[in-house]
Amino acid sequence: MSHFIALYGKRLSSAIITHFWYVVISITIAFIIAFILGILLSRMPRRANLILPVISVFQTIPGIVFIGLLFLYNGMVPSTVVIALTIYAIFPILKNTYVGIINVSEDFKEAAKGCGMSPFQILMKVEVPLALPSIITGLRISTVYTVSWAVLAAMIGLGGLGELIYAGVSSNNNTLIIAGAIPAAIMALLFSLAIDLLRKALIPKQLRRDNK
Amino acid sequence: MIRFEHVSKRYGDSLVLDDLNLEIATGEFTVLIGPSGCGKTTTLKTINRLIEPDKGKIFIDDQDTSQIDKVKLRRSIGYVIQQIGLFPNMTVEQNISVVPKLLNYDKARCNEIVRELLALVNMPYEEYAHKYPSEMSGGQQQRIGVLRALAASPPIVLMDEPFGALDPMTRRILQDEVSKLQKKLNKTIVFVTHDMDEALNMADKIIFMNKGKIVQMAAPEEMLENPADDLIRSFMGKHSIDNESLPQTAADFMRSDIYSCYRNRGVREAIQQMARRKVDTLLVKNLDETYAGTVSIKNIRNHGKDMKTIEPLITQENAVSYVDEDAQVCFDKLLNGQDSYVVVLNHDQTIAGIVTKTSMAKSLADAVWGDSQ
Ligand SMILES: Nc1ncnc2c1ncn2[C@@H]1O[C@H](COP(=O)(O)OP(=O)(O)OP(=O)(O)O)[C@@H](O)[C@H]1O
Ligand SMILES: [Mg+2]
Repeated sequence: MSHFIALYGKRLSSAIITHFWYVVISITIAFIIAFILGILLSRMPRRANLILPVISVFQTIPGIVFIGLLFLYNGMVPSTVVIALTIYAIFPILKNTYVGIINVSEDFKEAAKGCGMSPFQILMKVEVPLALPSIITGLRISTVYTVSWAVLAAMIGLGGLGELIYAGVSSNNNTLIIAGAIPAAIMALLFSLAIDLLRKALIPKQLRRDNK
Repeated sequence: MIRFEHVSKRYGDSLVLDDLNLEIATGEFTVLIGPSGCGKTTTLKTINRLIEPDKGKIFIDDQDTSQIDKVKLRRSIGYVIQQIGLFPNMTVEQNISVVPKLLNYDKARCNEIVRELLALVNMPYEEYAHKYPSEMSGGQQQRIGVLRALAASPPIVLMDEPFGALDPMTRRILQDEVSKLQKKLNKTIVFVTHDMDEALNMADKIIFMNKGKIVQMAAPEEMLENPADDLIRSFMGKHSIDNESLPQTAADFMRSDIYSCYRNRGVREAIQQMARRKVDTLLVKNLDETYAGTVSIKNIRNHGKDMKTIEPLITQENAVSYVDEDAQVCFDKLLNGQDSYVVVLNHDQTIAGIVTKTSMAKSLADAVWGDSQ
């Protein structure tokens, strides 16, 4: 073990840090885009029913193909990784935001309207808070996936935990593979826990019992 | 004052509001009632412009509401809807302060309002203010719904079947609470219900609608007494005093199991008959069965001991009525005269029966509570 740390310790810690930032940056950007887009789509549900399936097609393009294409177009820079991860991360959040808002009962919206809320106030005070459980679930799905997709960054030589894994695979070094895979798994778990804390902070426990 | 002028609303082919004209006075408790789909909710929602009429205008205190900013208008009108009107993501305190906050009242004032309102319905602030709707019973939630509508002291409050989902007990209690609040705070309330009991219990004025039109607009007593049509009568159900089945003529109130004798009968026989039947007068018939008059025990005692027949003792002073005479006229004779009964005759002058105070009361009771047999 100490032998391993002496040998790979530095490489591992920098890989973890790079991986972490890939995830945080992509998820942050993805969340902002997906949240706004989800709200916009919820204002026009009829068009959303056409648009959402189109967006979901992106999701089916294999990650390697996409990141490869982006690499050809954008070059070997970290932004290539961030863009690719962001695009993959958008869909679950977008879909859950949209569905969450769409499913807020008409009665609440009408009560809000009757109280004299403007459409924007209805959105921020009623629709988004009631859609929050669904939105946060989307965030968790995206985050956990992004942790594993970020492994692909190494494919184009841009670091992260994937680097250890690829190195391990190509040199038949199981220790290296595990050294990459286990921190990735732990990272996914920790992100998940962090999101759980966020959820507890944002949603009153009386509304939490369903884990939508 | 709320005034509808020629208000119409159409959804596709169906005319949901058909040229409505009505006026609701300030401080009045008005109940909209009628069968499902008759346009009550639509009428209510046109007041706070949740629905815009196709034609016509609505005025509040002589101001055309279509000229007022919608959002502003709604903040000045309380609105309570059935069941889940409370926002589940907000506590009781937050729910009640929704409108005050929209109006930019400061925190201290919002809090003061919440405390005052909770006190009005005997829900202690400490116990309830921080609860979420899901932690309260239906009745408590609906109380908060009402308080929320009152929070910014709007002069007008609209309520759409606010108690529709509550059990009868809770419903009754809330009706009384709302009635009290309305009197106390002098609000103009427009209240939609399906339930005539509720309407009669709460309304100053009932507006009965059907198919987008007003069928009748009247105070509860007036509607009870003179329902405009059969539909309203059926809504009134057990409450209504139905004019058509109501006993109308003397015949409806008389008893026909009467004791009579012919005019040529002996005095002694008459006395015996009275004793046997435990009555103090007998009706007397001519030989052709027509009515001759009455004979009383008093008359016999005073004059008749040595007479052979009752003939000379017959008097015709007792009040007389005919079978088809208006019951009211017959009652007047009974109640204003000295006689203990009114003799009711058929048109061929034969005896049909008598109306006594007891028979009158019994017939009235049957009409109101249903046939006793
Ligand atoms: N948005 C709409 N589109 C089409 N038709 C509608 C719409 N809203 C209401 N209607 C129709 O208008 C009519 C009146 O509706 P409204 O809700 O005013 O009835 P109501 O008297 O409140 O009935 P209920 O007692 O069942 O609540 C109904 O026939 C209803 O089907
Ligand atoms: Mg209705």
